[in-house]
Amino acid sequence: MADGSGPGRITLSGIVLAALILILIVASLYFFIAQPYWFPTLASEHGRRIDSLFMAVLIVTGIAFVLVQGALGFFIARYGENGSERASYWHDNPKAEAFLLITTAVILTVLVFMGQRVWASIYFSDQPADATIIQVTGEQFSWTFHYPGADGQFGRTDTKLITNTNNIGLDREDPQAKDDVVSQNVMHAPAGKPVRVRLRSKDVIHSFFLPNFRIKQDAVPGMGIEVWFTPTRTGQYEIACAELCGLGHYRMKGFLTIDESQDAFNKWLAEAAKQ
Amino acid sequence: MSESHSGDHAHPELGFIRKYIFSTDHKIIGIQYMITAMAMAVVGGLLSMLMRYQLAWPQGVSPLMAKIFPVAYNGGVMEPGFYISLVTMHGTIMVFFLFTAVLTGGFGNFLIPLQIGARDMAFPFLNALSYWVFLLSCIVIFAALFVSSGAPMGGWTAYAPLSAIPAAAPGQATGMTLWITAIALFSASGLMGGLNYITTILTLRTRGMSMMRLPLTQWSLLVTSILGLLAFPVLLGAGILLMFDRLGGTSFFVPAGIIMNQMPVDHSGGHPLLWQHLFWFFGHPEVYIVVLPAMGMASDILSTFCRKPIFSYRMMVYSMIAIAVLSFVVWGHHMFVSGMNPFLGSVFTLTTLLIAVPSAVKTFNWLGTVWGARIRFTPAALFALGFVSMFVSGGLSGIFLGTSAADIQLQDTYFVVAHFHLVMAIAPLFAAFGGLYFWFPKMFGRFMNPTLGKIHFWFTFIGAYCVFFPMHIIGVGGQMRRIYDPTQYMFLQQQQPVNVFISISAFVLGAAQLVFLFNFLFSIFAGKRALERNPWHATTLEWTAPSPPGHGNFPPELPTVYRWPFDFSMPGEREDYVPQTVPVTITARH
Amino acid sequence: MPVVTEERRTGIVPPPPPVPPGGRGGDDSSGSGSSFPISKGQIAVWILLTAVLMLFAGLSSAYIVLRGVPAWQNIELPWLLWPNTAILLLSSVAIDISRRAVRRNDMQSMKRWLAVGGILGFAFLIGQLAAWRQLVHAGVYVPSTLQSGFFYILTGLHGLHLLGGVVALGVVFGKALKNRLTAFNYEPLKLCAMYWHVMDGLWIYLFLLLLLS
Repeated sequence: MADGSGPGRITLSGIVLAALILILIVASLYFFIAQPYWFPTLASEHGRRIDSLFMAVLIVTGIAFVLVQGALGFFIARYGENGSERASYWHDNPKAEAFLLITTAVILTVLVFMGQRVWASIYFSDQPADATIIQVTGEQFSWTFHYPGADGQFGRTDTKLITNTNNIGLDREDPQAKDDVVSQNVMHAPAGKPVRVRLRSKDVIHSFFLPNFRIKQDAVPGMGIEVWFTPTRTGQYEIACAELCGLGHYRMKGFLTIDESQDAFNKWLAEAAKQ
Repeated sequence: MSESHSGDHAHPELGFIRKYIFSTDHKIIGIQYMITAMAMAVVGGLLSMLMRYQLAWPQGVSPLMAKIFPVAYNGGVMEPGFYISLVTMHGTIMVFFLFTAVLTGGFGNFLIPLQIGARDMAFPFLNALSYWVFLLSCIVIFAALFVSSGAPMGGWTAYAPLSAIPAAAPGQATGMTLWITAIALFSASGLMGGLNYITTILTLRTRGMSMMRLPLTQWSLLVTSILGLLAFPVLLGAGILLMFDRLGGTSFFVPAGIIMNQMPVDHSGGHPLLWQHLFWFFGHPEVYIVVLPAMGMASDILSTFCRKPIFSYRMMVYSMIAIAVLSFVVWGHHMFVSGMNPFLGSVFTLTTLLIAVPSAVKTFNWLGTVWGARIRFTPAALFALGFVSMFVSGGLSGIFLGTSAADIQLQDTYFVVAHFHLVMAIAPLFAAFGGLYFWFPKMFGRFMNPTLGKIHFWFTFIGAYCVFFPMHIIGVGGQMRRIYDPTQYMFLQQQQPVNVFISISAFVLGAAQLVFLFNFLFSIFAGKRALERNPWHATTLEWTAPSPPGHGNFPPELPTVYRWPFDFSMPGEREDYVPQTVPVTITARH
Repeated sequence: MPVVTEERRTGIVPPPPPVPPGGRGGDDSSGSGSSFPISKGQIAVWILLTAVLMLFAGLSSAYIVLRGVPAWQNIELPWLLWPNTAILLLSSVAIDISRRAVRRNDMQSMKRWLAVGGILGFAFLIGQLAAWRQLVHAGVYVPSTLQSGFFYILTGLHGLHLLGGVVALGVVFGKALKNRLTAFNYEPLKLCAMYWHVMDGLWIYLFLLLLLS
């Protein structure tokens, strides 16, 4: 149409670009729906809520992605120039603009509230009373796990006592430290019971990342930070560092084993204490 | 040479050096910025090729690489420290020395006086100085690659205490000092430039050029300059404190009780999170400093090749201002798992999703511009359209990251890398390419080869998506950032093939840029001549000047502006475009 | 339905805006230049001041955050800071007197008070260095405590910026000596005064920040 109210010419560039956008849409739908590569196997209770939140955001953004990229591709294909026709001079529609703006704001507000509920359930809820408490110390380039042992009390630590073999400076003379277990890069916890982790760092910022448990928390020198989670699945899982901490950042790895029962865990603890 | 002239009186003819090297002419300075930034891009790009080579084949032994980089590839295997230096330098060079420099320094300098109808910037000498300080900063950061104690290793974000304690990693000694120095020089250069831009845009607009008749490129440069003015000094302050922590024995960012290599480090009392707050207070506006000029340019280029006004110009301006204002209250979304008070986490989620709204408005307006258009598919047009697609992809992934609880699993993974590359690197790169193809005839009086341009576009569009889209997937799978060897982790091994795919795509993407570089450099000297002043039939003022414009831009008189820059396909007009300099007549009533 | 944008009126060409008084556009040709009410020099100085203030704002927020840290220790501020502050205030007054004098076309007075202002400003800088010496004598160095570190950095940066102001004052004085300032066009002096007063205010703020910790 001379005033641009109909389609333009379908051009080769337009078709190719639109086709590429279509491939992009199809490929992304495939990867996010069929999930040939996806989150590590879930092993914690609160992780379910995080995964659900992710799915909610995925659905919203996925729909937006398909609609917007699809519209873009469609317009690119349809509105090529044809030498004589004018485009449509139309360039304002306050009603449509307001509608889209408000819709976007509403959708995003809903997401904020959904996200807030999950965030609050993790950070603003009470600490579980009965939990396995572990002090975790990150350093360049290992994780050290300190268990209080049967007496439930952590032995005294002192930075002056730190050596290569005693890297958290545990004072073995302290009576409360007699049953403490200190292990490097090996962490255990019983399934079904909350785990409270007290994170510290000896040198630079590290980040305690448990991919299967949806736990990630920076360990900051000078700060003691607590996170907690409830393991729901037994097995051995990897621990990674998720904040650049120096040369050995890539190999600052540990293993977390979830034992089937409190007894199995206690057995491991007793074995470890002997060493 | 610093006075501009109206053509009334003669000027002595300048020698080659004063005309092309130590020039105070904004056009030359702009091109100097562009070429220097392109050189930095090559360096930054090569660094990333090395990174991708390592990530795809982390345990491969390469005798060839051992020959080329004997220190870095000891025994044919890359040193882990070299990898982290690559990461740090790639990020630093690209964010500052490529993107900020080419968009704000390059296009800003070239376009501002031309598009507002002025003869030059308000302070031409200061303008030239800003370029030479920028060049100095480039030299300093380049030097950081070669110091014997190693290039810096803190990441471009230089978190303390890793960046504050020279013993924390090799490369955190002289290399880190040079890094801070280069950034400080860059900030000074940016301030000089911003000062010029704001003053020029406000005071030197030609007759009739009201603010609401400015091209969106100009609005974006004005808003960006104000952002830079407010943000860069905070970075400078943080850098000063960091320098003192490193060399002066202070402890602003380093707490007491640090033990390194089982030995106590003599520091007391500072707070590592303070660095993060200061850095990101700058860092978040910085990403908008990169992307806003890209948005402005892409909008103008899109409008020109769609032969249609930009949809809702007014909302485009307001949304730019909204984004700029909001950019100062979202910085905490980089710190959700940092140990910051979780209450702040809630606040920053709210503000971050809020800033998505004006970006969405702009996206709808770009769609509205393409609807009903009559698109001329030149390389510039293709890149402007590609910009929209890339920005949408990158922007949407930001929603996951802005939602604090979802960010827990995604923070510091390749999901973040995917997001910021698409939205801060690729989208602005597309806008910059679009700008180069578009304004090349005005800059050099010749055209770039359009066939090579299209080849460049297709490979770059496909390559960019092949590199960065799969990164979302491996990020979901848990691959962390900045790790030298993902195969160390069993949970990552099964997605290693994706890393190989990404790396191969990256090599293709990199190679495609050679097509551009050849086209650009060749066309400066031997491209097809641009005989008309306005080959694209655009409407803005620069297209009324000769190609290239001489000293003083608009001989003999400055233009007068009668309309906004978007009168394309006006009903009732003879041509499908009406330049801003054409008076409004009684018959044109629409 | 296309919407009319308000800028496009039919037929009538808008009259050229008046050339703003006092300011000079980058172009000598007449009839151009926008009707922006502030001169480019003034805008430039405001922009520069904004950047400087943001630098100190960032450092102030660092100061305030670290003030709450347990390891914070107050130092005893050198008593020289008090007379120094008075000197700086007086220099500001002198420069303002100079500015008023030029408006009245009293060139002698303008030059005299400009010189006084510059000398007092320079005296302030010397005084700050002397204050540093006082601290060093007391054994308080940059790394001694958190507050001492801030003290040296904040006063040092302020001093550097004021030194820039002194240099600018010198340039303005040079222009005054060559009789380049008139009662109607004394822009360089006005800009210098602006910068100086803000540096003065900044010092008061920094002094209070250090005092009230």
